[in-house]
Amino acid sequence: MKALLLLACLLGPAIACGASEEVRLYRANIDLRDAVSIQRGAKVFVNYCLNCHSASYMRYNRLTDLGLSERQISDNLIFSDAKIGETMTVAMREEDGKIWFGVAPPDLSVIARSRGADWLYSYLRGFYRDASAVTGWNNVVFPNVAMPHVFWKLQGIQRFHIVEGGHHAEAHSELVLETPGTMSVQAYDEMLRDLVAYLAYMAEPVSIKRVRVGIVVLLFLGLLIVMTWLLKREYWKDVH
Amino acid sequence: MGPTNSLVSWIDERFPLTSTFKQHLSEYYAPKNFNFWYFFGALSLLVLVIQIVTGIFLTMHYKADADQAFASVEYIMRDVPWGWLIRYVHSTGASMFFLVVYLHMFRALLYGSYRKPRELLWILGMLIYLCLMAEAFFGYLLPWGQMSYWGAQVIVNLFAAVPFLGPDLAVWIRGDYVVSDATLNRFFAFHVIAVPLVLLGLVAAHLIALHEVGSNNPDGIEIKKKKDLATGVPLDGIPFHPYYTVKDLFGVAVFLAVFTSIVFFAPEMGGYFLEHNNFVPADPLKTPAHIAPVWYFTPFYSILRAVPPMLGSQFPGVLAMGAAVVIMFLLPWLDRSPVKSIRYRGSLYKAALALFVVAFLVLGYLGTKPTNVWGQFGPWLGGADRATVVARVFTIVYFLFFVLMPWYTRVDKTRPEPERVTS
Repeated sequence: MKALLLLACLLGPAIACGASEEVRLYRANIDLRDAVSIQRGAKVFVNYCLNCHSASYMRYNRLTDLGLSERQISDNLIFSDAKIGETMTVAMREEDGKIWFGVAPPDLSVIARSRGADWLYSYLRGFYRDASAVTGWNNVVFPNVAMPHVFWKLQGIQRFHIVEGGHHAEAHSELVLETPGTMSVQAYDEMLRDLVAYLAYMAEPVSIKRVRVGIVVLLFLGLLIVMTWLLKREYWKDVH
Repeated sequence: MGPTNSLVSWIDERFPLTSTFKQHLSEYYAPKNFNFWYFFGALSLLVLVIQIVTGIFLTMHYKADADQAFASVEYIMRDVPWGWLIRYVHSTGASMFFLVVYLHMFRALLYGSYRKPRELLWILGMLIYLCLMAEAFFGYLLPWGQMSYWGAQVIVNLFAAVPFLGPDLAVWIRGDYVVSDATLNRFFAFHVIAVPLVLLGLVAAHLIALHEVGSNNPDGIEIKKKKDLATGVPLDGIPFHPYYTVKDLFGVAVFLAVFTSIVFFAPEMGGYFLEHNNFVPADPLKTPAHIAPVWYFTPFYSILRAVPPMLGSQFPGVLAMGAAVVIMFLLPWLDRSPVKSIRYRGSLYKAALALFVVAFLVLGYLGTKPTNVWGQFGPWLGGADRATVVARVFTIVYFLFFVLMPWYTRVDKTRPEPERVTS
């Protein structure tokens, strides 16, 4: 066991080389200053994600950051008997998740910080029908992912299609929307943008305040730089 | 005699307050020609203080427990008032500490600050650097993310590569067969008390040694050789206080502007200061595809990876990595040049130093990447990873800088040093 672990550690970087097939990611283009977009994303999150995935570091009342009142949060975004000051937990137990999906659905509190917004956006766009997969769904960004396509009624059903190389183009693969869903492609992408914006906000709720404080701090330091420079110049007048 | 003066004299009769202040500040004569490179000593001290103060506040809220550590960091980020700021200052401070210390050490290479009579000063500084590496390594486990966990696993396993004793040594360090709660708790103890105590002692010794021998300067000449006959003050010396205290205040303001720009606008620094994978809680059963240490260790990590295993053992790589640090201790005795400062050295030393800097930077970059980052060479080189071959070449360059130093510094054509400092 020890030898195996050692081997795994020392080979870790080497293994990474073999497996890194670069997937082209779409730009999520989220805007963390757009509170309305994040609010819409929060709604999608509590409706679709928060059944299996927890966000156990995120308190419901933190959403007041987005300009929502506690009343609005309780009425529209809390479906369990959770209190407003509690974190976003789910009823599903980790062991059950493991049995049902093969892997417990990860907590999503900081998922945007480990995966990045573009990855999440591309991943949620990347589901396609695959009869050989356990859930019937596969994903171009995360091959053989355990998660089924939760939004399939909205997005519709995509199929994986390989385009033969010709004179002008190289061979490549693409996803083709075979059966349209209840949303247009554009509306679906907009919804994903909102959701990813929410995930990014949730991963670091202080990010907007952080930038605002930073500007004030830098203005102060700018002044301090000028003052200390003048002070230094004054003192050093007699050094020749 | 006013009340302040009488208080001071009351103290002076019982404690050497005024004389200590004079000895180390107002009558410590520093060369008047310090340039940009001479800010980084004072800045290292500033970052040390920042790390200790933020560290104390983090310790108040952090839980050194494998089940709670990751969550407690997020608790600090979300629920502790201004906890996010304290945490970001501490995480940015770790990287900035290494940045200023590397620049401080590079200054010594530029101006020969490690040469006689400052050999002990250099050795004390190197010990501080070793402590700093230990401090950073122990601290990096505490957030208990995937990189924390697997980084610690890889480094502890280096000790397992020691012949015969290795496996037992690794278990002894971890307190378990894998990195676990026991490891986390002992690393916490090392990080918050053991190493900082040693570090503070060494910093005090470093300053005492500095004030005994006096500061070097960009001309690499001893200002103590030319003194005012009446006062005994070096002709090119100025009192550290107020001249350098006000100058350093300006340096501090500029440095803080850089520091806070990172804290407030890019605390992750694109994954170099806070790695993306470290936002995934530690999972002992899931090895990340790519394990990379934080940027300040990557030159040495590159050297470790560059040395091929011999007789099925990784130990030669571990030895090379250790040697890459230890060899720096020998600098004062490897350098045989008649002059100290790069200003009066010849082209050989300048070329050697430039190559060394390139080697350090390239090794540092490659250490952050998987070994296939530049693809493979063709069959003529057995399809070897380009990055590995480059890392091997620069590992050799790194060591040659030191090994050949006695030769190239002696035969180098130097120019005569001036009698007095130049501006």
